[in-house]
Amino acid sequence: MATVSEKIIAAHAGRDSVSPGDFANVACDIVMANDITGPLSIKEFNKLGVDRVFDPKKVVMVPDHFIPAKDINSAIQAKAIREFSREQGCVYYETGRAGIEHVLLPQEGLVGPGQVVIGADSHTCTYGALGAFATGMGSTDIAIAMATGDIWMKVPHTIKFVFNGKLQPWVGGKDIILHIIGDIGIDGALYAAMEFHGDAIHALEMDGRFTIANMAIEAGAKTGLFPVDEKTEAYLSAHPSKWGCSYKSYETDSDSDYSRIIEYDAASIEPTVAFPHLPSNTKKVSEAGDVSIDQVVIGSCTNGRMSDLQVAASLLKDRKVHPNVRCIVIPGSQKVYSDALDEGLLKTFMDAGAVVSTPTCGPCLGGYMGILAPGERCVSTTNRNFVGRMGSPQSEVYLAGPAVAAASAVTGRISGPAEVSSTREVAAR
Amino acid sequence: MTLQGKVHKYGADVDTDVIIPARYLNVSDADLLAEHCMEDIDPEFRERKREGDMIVATSNFGCGSSREHAPLAIKASGISCVIAYSFARIFFRNAINIGLPLLECPEAVDSCEAGDILEVDLSRGEITNTTRGTTFTAKPYPEFMMGIINAGGLVEHTKRRLEGNQS
Repeated sequence: MATVSEKIIAAHAGRDSVSPGDFANVACDIVMANDITGPLSIKEFNKLGVDRVFDPKKVVMVPDHFIPAKDINSAIQAKAIREFSREQGCVYYETGRAGIEHVLLPQEGLVGPGQVVIGADSHTCTYGALGAFATGMGSTDIAIAMATGDIWMKVPHTIKFVFNGKLQPWVGGKDIILHIIGDIGIDGALYAAMEFHGDAIHALEMDGRFTIANMAIEAGAKTGLFPVDEKTEAYLSAHPSKWGCSYKSYETDSDSDYSRIIEYDAASIEPTVAFPHLPSNTKKVSEAGDVSIDQVVIGSCTNGRMSDLQVAASLLKDRKVHPNVRCIVIPGSQKVYSDALDEGLLKTFMDAGAVVSTPTCGPCLGGYMGILAPGERCVSTTNRNFVGRMGSPQSEVYLAGPAVAAASAVTGRISGPAEVSSTREVAAR
Repeated sequence: MTLQGKVHKYGADVDTDVIIPARYLNVSDADLLAEHCMEDIDPEFRERKREGDMIVATSNFGCGSSREHAPLAIKASGISCVIAYSFARIFFRNAINIGLPLLECPEAVDSCEAGDILEVDLSRGEITNTTRGTTFTAKPYPEFMMGIINAGGLVEHTKRRLEGNQS
């Protein structure tokens, strides 16, 4: 009897079974790094005395954090992963054909159910939405896996989160994951795998699932996994494996395999905001009070997908960004950017008075493209609101989904979508 | 190996963004990163810390991003070890991998104040507060991890493995 995580790890460690707490050497299907973590990985890789990466098709480098290069040092870092990728023949996506890694890899058919994916980025857990055991590690771990194709892991225990019933209008994946983190705290799933189940999860579209899996790390988790269902299969058909991989999906055998089961009434969840300076510092938007804002960011590996932009555009259409607010919209990948262009969303954003940026992690981690001055407040669809995360240590970041972010852009203060729109033009996801 | 140094004490959830803000991540040289270590949570840290000093904190130290730059910046600041109630998992592996010792020992954390002098016997996991005359034992590392630590980090551990010398 085992959980999905235990089954995937056992299958990749050549073992019949593993138990929580075991150490295992695990074969990796994809090993990834970006322009911030990649240069350090390459430096450590070069110390190993190995000439080639274990399999260039399985080593992926994505320049996305400070790209297009924000300064000379960032350009040097991007150059390092570009040159390494050319030399080694790794999978590499150049600016203009790329995007934020965790939006890009699923879209490009590089990740799928039953795989082990490791990345030198904490939000690598995003791919759990597709049923992959995906987890973030540091640059040295990634260097080792680039050389050997495997990495050590401690097998996590698994916590099951069940959402019974139906979500309210405008409530999406971001509200669900903020609700969980607000409930269990930012170390509430430390060293654990999270699994998401229930009617509301089954009803959720893939983009909402990516958002939830993405922020598993914000509860301290190693990964966040979704069952593979017809929506997963439809996504995989639309984004077939780049290398023709046949995926294997797993199910947890029984509830007794979980270390803990936490159940929620989906209908009781409201649009939610995490106040500074922890993702667990959550409030219902209806109880946020009067908080005026200076900036809104809509994008990131958490909420930079097509349906996020659709939700935001539905609220910004025929409305204006508040005179005191800068609204920055950042499509998560070049494909999302192009699709949003075709659908007229970018025009909607521009007509409303928003900036539309090329895909980048940019402001989410205080890199560029929307840095905050002391005393400024930002409602952001990103994933962290720690001190100094988006700029000045005296600035404040409020985390929310695209509906709350767009509504707040219109009113100039933290607002729920219902305050701006009486109708729900598109399904929140 | 015995470490000795002064305590710099913090609370819970010290995240990687305050350990080394991302605005400085356009370089990966550890000495350059160390110039900004703890800057957003403790602006005087850089001037106050001395070689061998120790960072002591409560729960979930190192939460947030996977940036290995965080333990690298701490190590390059001359910090000899970090003692906490608990560590976030990616920070924990990163620190072990690069050879920054971490100890989990809530009693030692609770019993010390900023400025106390601690002595740490890494092989025995023993933490002695010489200012207060108290001694505590940290949670031992699993045997698997001791292998990485004894090799001097994951790169050396892997080199030995690749050379077929792994015990």
